[in-house]
Amino acid sequence: MTWTWFHRLASPPYVYALAARLTPWFAWPAALCILAGLYGGLVLAPPDYQQGDGFRILYVHAPSAWMSLMVYMTMAIAAAVGLIWRIKVAHAVAASCAPIGASFTFAALVTGALWGEPMWGTYWEWDPRLTSELVLLFLYLGYMGLRAGIEDTQRADRASAVLAVVGVVNVPIIHYSVTWWNSLHQAPSVMRLAKPAMPLAMVVPLLLMLLGFTLFFVALLLVRLRGEVLARERAASWIREVVSA
Amino acid sequence: MNPPGSTALSALASAASAAPPLSAASGTERAAVLEAARLALARDLTLAFRRRSQLVQPLAFFAMVAVLFPLTISPELARLREAAPAAVWAGALLASLLALEFLFRDDAHDGTLEQYALSGQSLTWLMFAKTAAHWLLTGLPLALMAPLVAVSLGAPGASLPGIIASVAVGSVALSLIGSIGAALTLGIKRSGALLALLVLPLSLPVLIYGARATQLAISGGPLLAPLELLAAVAVLGITLAPLAAAAAVRISLE
Amino acid sequence: MPSEGLEVENLHLWRGERHVLRGVCFSLTGGECLQVTGPNGSGKTTLLRAVCGLLYPEEGRVLWGGRNVRSDLRAFQGSLAYLGHEPPLKADLSARENLRYWIGVRRRLNAAALDAALERVGAGAWCDRLVRTLSAGQRRRAALAGLALLMAPLWLLDEPTTNLDTEGQQLVGTLIAEQLARGGLVLAAVHHQLPAAVREPRQLELAA
Repeated sequence: MTWTWFHRLASPPYVYALAARLTPWFAWPAALCILAGLYGGLVLAPPDYQQGDGFRILYVHAPSAWMSLMVYMTMAIAAAVGLIWRIKVAHAVAASCAPIGASFTFAALVTGALWGEPMWGTYWEWDPRLTSELVLLFLYLGYMGLRAGIEDTQRADRASAVLAVVGVVNVPIIHYSVTWWNSLHQAPSVMRLAKPAMPLAMVVPLLLMLLGFTLFFVALLLVRLRGEVLARERAASWIREVVSA
Repeated sequence: MNPPGSTALSALASAASAAPPLSAASGTERAAVLEAARLALARDLTLAFRRRSQLVQPLAFFAMVAVLFPLTISPELARLREAAPAAVWAGALLASLLALEFLFRDDAHDGTLEQYALSGQSLTWLMFAKTAAHWLLTGLPLALMAPLVAVSLGAPGASLPGIIASVAVGSVALSLIGSIGAALTLGIKRSGALLALLVLPLSLPVLIYGARATQLAISGGPLLAPLELLAAVAVLGITLAPLAAAAAVRISLE
Repeated sequence: MPSEGLEVENLHLWRGERHVLRGVCFSLTGGECLQVTGPNGSGKTTLLRAVCGLLYPEEGRVLWGGRNVRSDLRAFQGSLAYLGHEPPLKADLSARENLRYWIGVRRRLNAAALDAALERVGAGAWCDRLVRTLSAGQRRRAALAGLALLMAPLWLLDEPTTNLDTEGQQLVGTLIAEQLARGGLVLAAVHHQLPAAVREPRQLELAA
């Protein structure tokens, strides 16, 4: 029983139709969660006793950073599935994830810099987490660059899948080494808020934003996936039926 | 300029490329995988020595990068000493990248890489042998040259063993990580920048630990901790990188 | 040498959007030679590479001795010799050195056997010159020497007579005939017919 489900997921026409059906189920809840989270974070939550209102950018920065990592994991898992079981749709998922993940990483970097500016006085200081985010951005760019550099789609899929898996193994190592490097030079990180425990009014909007971003990612992925499947299967017969319907 | 140790390397090459033992009957028994790896190593070393000028290029590049630092910072040795780890590691990393292009390119063009994939031997072992050859031809000479660069930038004589050790171990990891990048970009024209984009983020841990070890060597501190971390990355690379490179090579042959 | 049989069942392969191999089926037993013909772009090279295991077919399978080659691809590849369009020789090594490494990676090589094989293909005069100084025909001959030395039961040859003069083409024919006499199998992609020494090879025509 489960095996047929797995095999159906590997069929492009099925996935194309399924993605269309599922998208609203993720898009609307995403919008709701993000709106609620933003309201809670920007309006309702009390100001931080040390950073005042400046900390509120956390509500965009933290989910972005979290998503940038989650999307990389998703991309790597999809790529590995495509590599091992030779499922084309899995490669399409990985290809769709990459620009989304890169955008989240970029957003995390920009919001991190914007957060840092009032605190540090400069837009950039080699904070270990931001530095790791920057390296993650390069990993995404490398992945997308490799895909773009290989003309044959199947070869591009498989080569970038190897890269994604190698990258995923390296991400913890890179993060550890950057943290280690930073600890040597004792630069304080302002990314952490002053109090060790955040009050509920601060935490709940944050969780809402995290949930909202995750749902948003899935909705965006489904939309991109449909486009990716269309592009890859443009010569197939089922496309003509779908378009004429 | 005769690279230090080139005579040692050519002795190593001729020892490694000694003919396989004569057997009375040439049966069809499969060669052992270690023998296959040894031959792959010997072949690459022999080939490199037939094009000696190519061996020197990464070293010359390394020297040039080192020259850039005093020209762009200041000729005062006290200030240069602080920049010495950066010069050594940036130079070693970039020189290693330069040499990576030659790792698989010729083999892919003349069909010998395909024959490796079809040899019935473990492609992982053959990739390990090729990467080992790359390290012997690039990483090791860079490690032997690093002290010269460091001394020219104000490092004290006592730091030299530490510098050689850190660059030697670090360049092992760089060769291994680089082999994955080189295998992935096979067949992409003008892939130099893409190769750098792929390899540099993955090499950051090596850079961080290696530069720290070099810094401690110069300042006289205990460098065992970063050296051990460097060795750990190298060991991880030895176990995983040839596997990834073999997978990437197979993909490039499809 | 006792050999197993090769069976190709319903091979389908796409290259990008092109359906190159469309249900290719054949079987080959020891002592048989199959000549694959067809216009340019019909998939001759693709078929050979798919049988080797370098390409992965979307559908269909290749059987060696009744077993799917994918179950132990390396063992299968150790039993075959593949000669592509370009002779697999390093330009900076001599023909002799090239063969030493090429064959040595696969099996123990006897110096006398190496010499004999080089003599056989007429390489005695130039086998110690660097391959970059050799002509295309000489390189092809050196590759043929390697083919013979590999002593593989299954030969997969892509245009084996390219760049060879009449004498060289006859050499190819003789080598193939000897391989068949030993009980080996030969799968050759050709534009023209194989030399006369190969008696009545079976034919497989691929359509464009």
